[in-house]
Amino acid sequence: MPVFIPSSLSEATSLLAEHPTAHLITGGTDFMVEVNFNHRHPETVISLRKIPDMQLWNIDKASGVVFIGASVPYATMEQGELADALPALAEAARTVGSPQIRAAGSIGGNLGTCSPAGDSLPVLAALNASVHLRSSDAERTLPFSEFMIGPKRNAKKPDEVITGVSIPMTNGWQGYAKVGVRNAMVISVASVCLAIHDKTVRVALGSVGPTIIRCSDAESWINSQDITAIDDSVAVEFGNRVSQESRPIDDHRSTAEYRRHAVGVLATRLLQRGTNA
Amino acid sequence: MTITKTHRDVLGASALRPDGVAKVQGDFSFSSDLHAENMLWGATLRSPHPYARIISIDLSGAWKIAGVECVITADDVPGQLTYGLISEDQPVFAKDVVRYMGEPIAAVAADHPETCRRALAAIKVEYEILEPLTDPERAIDGSHPDIHPDGNIIRHQRIVSGDITATAPIVVEGTYDIGMQDQAFLGTESALALPDHDGSGIEVFVATQWLHEDRKQMAKCLGLPEEKVRLVLGGVGGAFGAREDISLQVHTALLALRTGRPVKMQYGREESFFGHVHRHPAQIWMRHHATEDGRIVKIEARMVFDGGAYSSTSSAVLINGVTHTQGPYQCPNAVVDGYATRTNNPPCGAMRGFGVVQACFAHEGQMDKLAVATGIDEVEIRLRNIIHTGDTMITGQVLESVAPVERCIRETAALPLPAEMSSHPHELDLPGGSGRTADRRHIVRGIGWGVSMKNLMYSEGFDDYSTARCTLTNGKVELKFATSEVGQGFVTLAPQIARSILGVDDVTYDTIDTQIGSAGSTSASRQTWMSGGAVDGACRLVRERLFEHVGALHGVDPLRLGIDDTDIIDTIGDFRISVQEACADLSISETFEYHHRPTEDLDENGQGNCHVAFAFVAHRAVVDVDIELGLVKVVQIATAQDVGRVLNPMSVVGQIEGGIAQGLGLAVMEEIIVKDGKVRNPSFTDYLLPTALDAPQVLISMIEEPDPQAPMGAKGVGEAPCISVTPAIVAAIRNAIGKPIDRCPVRPQDICF
Repeated sequence: MPVFIPSSLSEATSLLAEHPTAHLITGGTDFMVEVNFNHRHPETVISLRKIPDMQLWNIDKASGVVFIGASVPYATMEQGELADALPALAEAARTVGSPQIRAAGSIGGNLGTCSPAGDSLPVLAALNASVHLRSSDAERTLPFSEFMIGPKRNAKKPDEVITGVSIPMTNGWQGYAKVGVRNAMVISVASVCLAIHDKTVRVALGSVGPTIIRCSDAESWINSQDITAIDDSVAVEFGNRVSQESRPIDDHRSTAEYRRHAVGVLATRLLQRGTNA
Repeated sequence: MTITKTHRDVLGASALRPDGVAKVQGDFSFSSDLHAENMLWGATLRSPHPYARIISIDLSGAWKIAGVECVITADDVPGQLTYGLISEDQPVFAKDVVRYMGEPIAAVAADHPETCRRALAAIKVEYEILEPLTDPERAIDGSHPDIHPDGNIIRHQRIVSGDITATAPIVVEGTYDIGMQDQAFLGTESALALPDHDGSGIEVFVATQWLHEDRKQMAKCLGLPEEKVRLVLGGVGGAFGAREDISLQVHTALLALRTGRPVKMQYGREESFFGHVHRHPAQIWMRHHATEDGRIVKIEARMVFDGGAYSSTSSAVLINGVTHTQGPYQCPNAVVDGYATRTNNPPCGAMRGFGVVQACFAHEGQMDKLAVATGIDEVEIRLRNIIHTGDTMITGQVLESVAPVERCIRETAALPLPAEMSSHPHELDLPGGSGRTADRRHIVRGIGWGVSMKNLMYSEGFDDYSTARCTLTNGKVELKFATSEVGQGFVTLAPQIARSILGVDDVTYDTIDTQIGSAGSTSASRQTWMSGGAVDGACRLVRERLFEHVGALHGVDPLRLGIDDTDIIDTIGDFRISVQEACADLSISETFEYHHRPTEDLDENGQGNCHVAFAFVAHRAVVDVDIELGLVKVVQIATAQDVGRVLNPMSVVGQIEGGIAQGLGLAVMEEIIVKDGKVRNPSFTDYLLPTALDAPQVLISMIEEPDPQAPMGAKGVGEAPCISVTPAIVAAIRNAIGKPIDRCPVRPQDICF
């Protein structure tokens, strides 16, 4: 099995043009497990971890947008400037696997795999992030909502590399919470990101549907309330409305009923945290 | 005479593990690290179906693959076609029918693991899928045709004791469900088989709990005399019962004998979930009758342990379950009905606690119900019923072991409770941990209790002896034993024993293999008692001869001689000589076989002196619960354990803390999920084990009341820590949320709905 380790983005996209069935990896924290389990038998692999451009991130205070290269590991988002700029992303990053996984795993990997349980994805959805893609002859940017199209399915074309994400900062509170049946190192059973920008609440759910779910009805309802004066009954009603927008299933990790309940509780609590209610 | 205080690594000292540094630094050679020149790799083809008839097996595709050296099925087994620890009912390879998902059908040997994988994929098996028997109750009621020639009930055992018509004013009952737990040991199954040059025998390095039992079963299936099968212990990562049964031993040896080349086999983690037995899932109904002041008058119980497709140790697990119905409490009258069933679920067998875990979960749930029904505090209700040395148990057996149950409870209660949660706790300390699901105001604290008794050693007439040899040469001691070191620390303890008895510091142990008599299994909390007894006995025999030698040489009656630290002294005189000086140019070797006292089978009414000895323990759990989300953080476990005598404090702490982590796993997360006979979560992604963040503070009190029946006064400490901690945690959750939960592991939905 050939493994290519390009040192530039253009080299990577050329390689991909030559080997359109190649698998792209950065940390390999998801992919290599699948290989070890014999679930995948890749013929060609292109490793993106030696491409300096994809390791970059910056915070543009003027435009209010944070760019994070696809190969930036979760460990970088957990604390420091990125965490200050995007607290919800930091909270999500801290829930990913173990410290070893967070040192290797990247946001590009989360986007490439596009699992509904991907820990960073509800944050990208709630913060209206956009995903940058590049092929050997073109580049384009998609809103996250158009990028993820199904469970483990995304709009990336076979000849494209995910180069990074642009995430607008919020001028209000943002936070993330995730339920797993263990206090650390666990795959999400249900997760919620809530962000407030220009006094407008946005909420996105993970692990409770085929894609990350933005709760447009619950958002409309809460944004018709006075969010400077959230009392318990409003927060609970918001949670109930969020629950109703989830579309969970039963599997070996949990039940649909529990997941629906859990996202409602998390949404209520995050709204209370965000509004100091 | 004067007695010297010592700082040597004798009994009572926290001697360090001889393999400890190597294990921490990654230098220790586990059985999976074994390698031989010209070695082939072996792999196993397994059934994807829980129950199916095999119509045909076509091996031709596998034979055609370059690098494949051997493909074998049931037709290639030269000796007995089946094996088993108690009943030989499990095929080496399935022939006409597969009875569980993952049952071996064929094995291949090839030049590379990837070649093996392709060869397995090229084997075509045609199945006729059958309706699996997955409900143990249908195995009992006879409504499903037999799935095995031995029938669908592996064992039925009743216990009828005292006046079965007795009643009392307070009656509480409950039905308790215990999930299927995995041993989840480190270092998956692995073996390296080296055929003799003339093909007449074989040497096998394997990670196992019992070399001689493996050898016995392997020799039968291989059609070889036992002396032609030599076993050497490979480095073991852990066992917890899962390495008692044969897994890859016969397959690896057979491939090596057929190819005439060394063959190595190693399971991946997913295959490991199918390659070994698990803890029996059980459903237990109990009804306790008690006086108004909370004294137990009668217990009725029905226990169903699902053994899965093959019997393994199910019949012994069942008798442990039924004979521990009463727990560490007096019970004058009892009616117990127990079944071990055969189904198309994964085979179950030995796991730390061995049937007592399940019984304890039920009897401790009942004690809490009794506390509520009588209005008596949950500690007091237990104290009122505790069993004492000399009491007669429901089997008619008189409890002869030291039984400090009251001290276990009182000393646990005396350990400090954790501080109240602060108003701004660290987010990682809350239930939900790194997921940041809760705030302080969502958390409720609960406290719960569990107390247990556990039999030590094998039961029902089984003579599970152990053998050891001690050789004293020029002031150095070498020990020889076949005791499997699976992490429990016998390789630390055995030299401590020799140092104490012989006054020699330089003590080593020889390769652990079958070149000496059996040590029995490293299970049932038995090796300190049994192999410790054997080493103790062998060292004492050597010391006797050393004293005879010294006595004759120096004109002192050998009976007056004793060991003081590293000297031989006249215990009633002034003579003193260092052991080193006394045994220069001397070589003494003695072998000792230790047997515990005999036990008996149970009769049809469950009566008989079936157990050797018992150990006791109490656990108090403090948990924080997020009721709305159903998430739990175990804050603290306090425990006082009856250990007899502490031979290595650090080792005992390790056993207690590890056992508590394993019991915590069963309480709140560890469960193999089986649906329609199929395992749904055979990986550490979805079979969740506690992490460091899930592990509680552990406070320990070791109760030392040396047991006169134990060779060194010490009771086995391996199993007790993991038994009553599970019901204690579940009781604490019930206490926090104020509603009944009668199953474990407790899932979020069990708490919040």
